[in-house]
Amino acid sequence: MMPSAGHPTSSPAALTSPSLTPNLMQPGPPITAIDRPLRGAILTRSRWCAVMGALLLLSLILTMLCLQVGTQYIGMGHIVGLLSSALFGTASEPETLRTTGVILLQVRLPRVLLGFLVGSCLGAVGVALQALMRNPLADPYVLGVSSGAALGVAVAVLFGIGTTALALSLLPVCGFAGSLVALLVIYRMAAAYDRLPIHSVLLAGVILNAIFSALIMFITSIMEPNRSFGMMAWLMGSMTAPAHPVLIALAAYLLVGLVLLVKQVRVLNILALGEEPARSLGIDTERTKRVIFLLSALMTGAVVSFSGMIGFVGMIIPHAVRLVVGADHRLLLPASTLVGGMFLMVADTIARTLFVPSEVPVGVITALAGGPFFVYLLVWRKDRLA
Amino acid sequence: MSGRCEADTTIENNSAATRAAHAYDLRGVHFCYGRPRGLDGGWVLRDVTLQVQPGEMLGIVGPNGSGKTSLLKLLAKLAAPQSGDITLFGRHLAGLSQQETAQTVAFVPQENAQLFPFTVAETVLMGRFPHRQRSRWSLGFGWEDQDDCRAASQSMATMDITHLAARLVTDLSGGERQRTMIARALAQMPRLLLLDEPTAFLDLQHQLDICSVLRRLRDEQGLTVVIVSHDLNLASQYCDRIAMLKDGRVCAVGTPSEVMSVERLREVYGCTVLIDAHPETGLPRITLPGPTLPVHL
Repeated sequence: MMPSAGHPTSSPAALTSPSLTPNLMQPGPPITAIDRPLRGAILTRSRWCAVMGALLLLSLILTMLCLQVGTQYIGMGHIVGLLSSALFGTASEPETLRTTGVILLQVRLPRVLLGFLVGSCLGAVGVALQALMRNPLADPYVLGVSSGAALGVAVAVLFGIGTTALALSLLPVCGFAGSLVALLVIYRMAAAYDRLPIHSVLLAGVILNAIFSALIMFITSIMEPNRSFGMMAWLMGSMTAPAHPVLIALAAYLLVGLVLLVKQVRVLNILALGEEPARSLGIDTERTKRVIFLLSALMTGAVVSFSGMIGFVGMIIPHAVRLVVGADHRLLLPASTLVGGMFLMVADTIARTLFVPSEVPVGVITALAGGPFFVYLLVWRKDRLA
Repeated sequence: MSGRCEADTTIENNSAATRAAHAYDLRGVHFCYGRPRGLDGGWVLRDVTLQVQPGEMLGIVGPNGSGKTSLLKLLAKLAAPQSGDITLFGRHLAGLSQQETAQTVAFVPQENAQLFPFTVAETVLMGRFPHRQRSRWSLGFGWEDQDDCRAASQSMATMDITHLAARLVTDLSGGERQRTMIARALAQMPRLLLLDEPTAFLDLQHQLDICSVLRRLRDEQGLTVVIVSHDLNLASQYCDRIAMLKDGRVCAVGTPSEVMSVERLREVYGCTVLIDAHPETGLPRITLPGPTLPVHL
């Protein structure tokens, strides 16, 4: 503040005139252009384009690298040739490449794409839930939303929804119902404390997780052994390569969710200020909450129904991205989407190549990476979680 | 006169024209959180009738739990009264949308701990949200235009936080964060500014700074300021008028000299204070009695 602030009348003109002549009492260089002080301090369209362009390029490169490795190494030249022939129908590959083609197009590519879609979805949902709950530790897995979705799917499987492509594309709806129930319960529990204190939200999540896991274990225990084994493998977070129509269905769920979520980015910024400031800035907070709850539940339900419970991606990724690109959700949300996709794609590549020919569930890898990070945030960064 | 102020004003001006002359006009406002309960209704605010004049700085004071913050929330349309009505420049507050209200009224809450590392400039720019252009293809991004940036830089200069523009709000001191939040409210280009305890937790220099900036905004831009404060001395020195609340009722409205009397403060706060004239301004100065004085004086 001005050194002369004790005498309010000493320099009135310099402070409020629209042209803002250089203010000699201000520390630092004189201001010449009115918007100079904002330069470098706010997100601009050019920075947005630069960051997103770089991330898109990086995603492409990583996808190609992940396609290369596996039980059988496939060279980059072959990958490009096979992909272009599959895309443009110039099927002229030699006989020796036929099996490689099947591996790449039927097994590896769907799996890599699934990893990317699931990870990007978890990253985006994590960003939205953290802003909405004003809780940097929120994540669909920690809050019990994932286990709610898992319960929904388990119930559907128990009553024999079947394994046709149509049935598989309807599974996300069951997951959606389950995760919506979980979100509503958490919200009601936490809202009993008027605002949403971080620790009560986490406690609500712990309790929900316990209840849902118990119910899922009950369902698994009354199933036939071979089906319950499949269920357990899926719960641990697995990435078995899906059939193409299923992949497309999943992509559709995620894309719709993402586009609708991106429409809320500026509102998310303001919600992060707090509920009362947000309402005083003209936001219908109740409506926004409903929209974001629905979208988060939809996307979590879709993800869980295909790949089981993959933990902590929705918490680590927004944190890491926020450190680098800043807190503005206009960039944070799409950037977390891409980085989450890359993270899970790489984690899954590690999971399937670490102990060839056997596989580690990808959920194990993300939990081993995310759990310690969670503890770090909770213990060493507690000043930031006031 | 001030003690019976409500009774006087309700009789004289009832027409829409006179109500429009007030920034705020509250008539018989009752409010409580949830539903009225118990024999006396459990009201947080009872039968509050109060006018806020355009371009004045009104202080709302009173003991803990007297309904100061609730009154401010009603003015900001963050809560709605159960009965009675409030007009804002002659228009019924209940009929205005949240966004229309936000274009006229800015609200600075008391508690503003920040969890997410936005920069100061980004936070101030959020004040431009009520003035956003709606466009179908912006996909919710709504990039700020030149006007938004100009308003933000101007309000940052007013609050003298231009040099903090690129700092993160999570790293600021209490005083810097409070100035950032006021700058955010000023970027809204409001006609009314509502502040809840803006000087709580601030040291002396920052208290003076914030009060004198508010005073200057009132003088130069005709901004109407409503400020809730615990600090009777700051209210007395800086506010044009003071409304004193007790148990949800307005028990006195008027200039500081009219409101601040030993008898009234004893009645409202239950303790005896010393009041003399401030050596510079001549306005009432409230001092707590020393430990040697008998309390029943």
